[in-house]
Amino acid sequence: MVDINQEDILRLLAQRLASFANPELEITPDTNLITQLAIDSIKLLNLIMELEDHFDISIPLNALTDVVTVRDLANLVYKLKLDSK
Amino acid sequence: MSLLEKLDAAASARIAQLPSGLGAFGIPIEEIYSPTEARIGTKRILLLGTNNYLGLSFSPECRKAAHEAIDQEGTGTTGSRMANGNYSGHRALEMEFADFYQCRSCIVFTTGYQANLGTISGLIGPGDVALIDGDSHASIYDGCVLSGADIIRFRHNDVIDLEKRLRRLGERSKNTLIIVEGIYSMLGDQAPLADIVRLKKAYNSTLLLDEAHSLGVLGETGQGLAEKYGLIGEVDFITGTFSKSLCGIGGYCVSNHPQLDQLRYVSHPYIFTASPSPATIAATRAALKLLKNGRELRERLWENARQLYSHLQALGYQVSPEPGPIVATILDSPQQALALWKGLLENGIYVNLILPPAAPEGKSLVRCSVNAAHTTKQIEYVCEVFSRLYSSIIQ
Ligand SMILES: Cc1ncc(COP(=O)(O)O)c(C=O)c1O
Repeated sequence: MVDINQEDILRLLAQRLASFANPELEITPDTNLITQLAIDSIKLLNLIMELEDHFDISIPLNALTDVVTVRDLANLVYKLKLDSK
Repeated sequence: MSLLEKLDAAASARIAQLPSGLGAFGIPIEEIYSPTEARIGTKRILLLGTNNYLGLSFSPECRKAAHEAIDQEGTGTTGSRMANGNYSGHRALEMEFADFYQCRSCIVFTTGYQANLGTISGLIGPGDVALIDGDSHASIYDGCVLSGADIIRFRHNDVIDLEKRLRRLGERSKNTLIIVEGIYSMLGDQAPLADIVRLKKAYNSTLLLDEAHSLGVLGETGQGLAEKYGLIGEVDFITGTFSKSLCGIGGYCVSNHPQLDQLRYVSHPYIFTASPSPATIAATRAALKLLKNGRELRERLWENARQLYSHLQALGYQVSPEPGPIVATILDSPQQALALWKGLLENGIYVNLILPPAAPEGKSLVRCSVNAAHTTKQIEYVCEVFSRLYSSIIQ
């Protein structure tokens, strides 16, 4: 199995999030999911299911309380992926 | 942003969506005449957006029982079931529910919302898993949050997706509570219960089924979806509400697990709230009797449901995935939904308007619900108005 790293996760997230965002907004690791991307709760929950399937991990919704930026989400996915191995 | 500014921002986002002249806090009903008619403003309105599935809200038996209970026991209990609010009526209703489901025990809660909060947060805790349908009602989400368990969603009514997530949980599937609903409140579709039961057994999980919208509606005696499939004995916990087909307020959980009663010691939404009022309990007991013997009411309900569903479908509306008392029309945009909803109200018909993000997958819904008290003539009138509005709004 190919090892994943945080950069790969960040890249994938930026790609997926771009489909929700205003095309003029440049998505960086520090982009705030709620205030800058204005991603509504249902879209975020659906994105979580996609990430679960892509990385074959379980992402509990309660773990999202500390997620503010794109980087926070990438770190969470990375941590859960490592834990699941 | 300050606390109060945050509230202002949320309110203006909501008000921006609403047509002018409509209150942001829901349509004010001035007078209620019957299970199917009310006055809104100065107009007599046909109610096609209630949860009064069996049309029992004015039943003479239930009213009489409520009156008598008020006269004999007063207006309120002023206390918790665990203290001074544990009357004989509460215990009798629990026994009647347990008997109805042929289950070992039942706990009555003060609302259906609290039945889910109290049952879920009593069953699971930190380290456990709640595996819930993606379209779950807020009371299920809130119960899971209160529990502190890990919350994982599966795609709505998708058993393949559910199995994938169970498999991923590995050993943790044994500490997992799967939660589904009998009939989903937005689109009115039913859970694929036989497959879900098969999976919960294969993965040694526990299953909770919320029959809020299916009690009185599905199954030979109205027990709900589990009865329809003959699976009452296979579902670990069934919750439901008195606020819909029973026309009261309150909720319940029934189970064959002897541990159900232990919830009474640990469940805050059961303990730290006053018990239902005597009138509520008495009316609910009378309504439960009518529900059990309500085969004719159910037939009438389903006739109305099929009539409306097939008519709207034939007109070209995109409707719920399957017929049932909740007939939702799915519109392309919030503007279209709003126009349809307004058009119906102008023609004296009240239905529910559901705009994103409240509706599943960003859809906009005009949601109708029929009941057993609607006459064929009323349903025909509704069909006629929908037909007229189709050409002006949809085409
Ligand atoms: C699926 C579901 N569960 C629970 C509830 C809560 O019921 P109650 O109105 O008794 O609080 C509702 C009603 O809104 C519901 O739709």
